[in-house]
Amino acid sequence: MSVVPVAYYLVLSAVLFGLGVVAFVFKRNIITILLAIELMLNAVNLAFVAFARAWGQTDGLVFVFFVIVVAAAESAVGLAIVIRIYQNRQTLNIERVNLLKF
Amino acid sequence: MSLPFILFFVFALIAIGGAVLLIVAREPIHSALSLILVMMSLAGLYLMLGAEFIASVQIIVYAGAIMVLFVFVIMLLNAGVEERTDFSKMAKYAGIPLGILLLLELAHWMHHSLIGQTPANGAGSANVMVSTRDLSMQLFQKYLFPFEATSILILIAILGALVLAKRDE
Repeated sequence: MSVVPVAYYLVLSAVLFGLGVVAFVFKRNIITILLAIELMLNAVNLAFVAFARAWGQTDGLVFVFFVIVVAAAESAVGLAIVIRIYQNRQTLNIERVNLLKF
Repeated sequence: MSLPFILFFVFALIAIGGAVLLIVAREPIHSALSLILVMMSLAGLYLMLGAEFIASVQIIVYAGAIMVLFVFVIMLLNAGVEERTDFSKMAKYAGIPLGILLLLELAHWMHHSLIGQTPANGAGSANVMVSTRDLSMQLFQKYLFPFEATSILILIAILGALVLAKRDE
């Protein structure tokens, strides 16, 4: 059915991951940085599904399932931390949250 | 150029466009909406790869629950236009070259690896259709313990979010 080689999916996954890294180091808003982490997780998921399809096995799909669960937990705790930072500092700019900066 | 290739490139272009939009958007809400665009096109790609359960989970849990949480927090904190600061020049001069370098390295390595050459239709085991039934069998037999462990993880995440977000007196 699908004749697209796995390499195409993997390269797309790499492109999305690279864009996620660029967004992670580039954005100054804490929420957008969390969004960049989600983008990287999505890129990894695409690679997992492509490999699972290539080998005809379900293990990769199970890992995608777990990655989604971990992403849900991570974003819940991360957004709670963001709310707490906003309560304390009245800003979402990562440059102004520099208490632990050396 | 057959139909799967055309569909793949359409979905891939939408995904990459959404990711670029996430970077260039100034307002967090625009970034969140463009990430939803990426997730939708990835769900389409999962359907093309024959992972229909993962595609529906992607839409329901990722684009639904998680992104609604993000949009909710963005609305709650009234996050406006991202302010540009000149504090960190390192992101500008180190971020882009490093990102491009990582991207090129990954793409090169994946393109020249052995697995990359096989068509995505089960080369190892000749067209085995991976069904949702197989996935659930795997999940509740071989991966039963990790599956149960994730419920504890979720519980701890709920408690942690509650404790963190609670306004202390």
